[in-house]
Amino acid sequence: MSSLEATQNQTGIPNGKLGMWLFLASEVMLFGGLLSSYVILRTGSPNFGMPARELLGVPWATLNTFVLITSSVSMVLALSAMQDGRIPAFRNFMLLTITLGFVFLGIKSYEYWHKISEGITITSSLFGSFYFTLTGLHALHVIGGIVFNIYVLVQGLKGKIINPDHPDRLEYAGLYWHFVDVVWVFLFPLIYLI
Amino acid sequence: MKNEHSKAMIKTYLAVFGALAVLTALTVMVSTLHLPRVPAVALAVLIALVKASLITAFFMHMKSEGRLIAGIFLASLFFLLVLIIPVIIDIGF
Repeated sequence: MSSLEATQNQTGIPNGKLGMWLFLASEVMLFGGLLSSYVILRTGSPNFGMPARELLGVPWATLNTFVLITSSVSMVLALSAMQDGRIPAFRNFMLLTITLGFVFLGIKSYEYWHKISEGITITSSLFGSFYFTLTGLHALHVIGGIVFNIYVLVQGLKGKIINPDHPDRLEYAGLYWHFVDVVWVFLFPLIYLI
Repeated sequence: MKNEHSKAMIKTYLAVFGALAVLTALTVMVSTLHLPRVPAVALAVLIALVKASLITAFFMHMKSEGRLIAGIFLASLFFLLVLIIPVIIDIGF
């Protein structure tokens, strides 16, 4: 496991963890650029029309928020289980996390279908453009997170790369998944509630 | 010893989860009150900031990380504020 004996370096932080945090910092700017242009156009433009609240599907989005925070807690419980060597618990929590990721995408797809059938599309208005760009970019991140989570589930069960003594990559997958949750925590009120 | 430690951690995780659920319900409830725009936006952003801080501090273990990782994240937050604040001042929010 030479790649995992990475704490002996100048920073004192495993390279993988440092890399993941740097990547997340760049992701803050990716979402931040889009989100801030949304906030600024919405506050600054008198022509920024918002669809009626009923069309936004607030109940589904609220449910999706609960789905993501539940998947976040099951992800961190999976890491805790792995660190304790409770492999069956690790497997169950990871399966729950991955399933909830798919549930989120399912609800999101239903929302997209609903909005498009109500005439809100990516070209219909400023709101439509921002809605589909922001939530679409976030949904791509959810898909990426699910792929990463499936990888750590498989590797955790194999026990070579990820095991109770070396849970590093599981931790990095968790960092990414929690970040995707944090992004949604901001998207949800700014798109649906205000 | 290790088990005792992780039991305490699991309790913390579940408490954070409870707080996140309550805050989500709260932010939805506040939005149905139809407050004037500025307090409505301020409250929504404040609640989102609290939720994001809880996730970062406990689920992402920022609480127990060193200065370097905190610094990386704070630097990106600083540049995010640079993106938002001057323009908001300019458009006279």
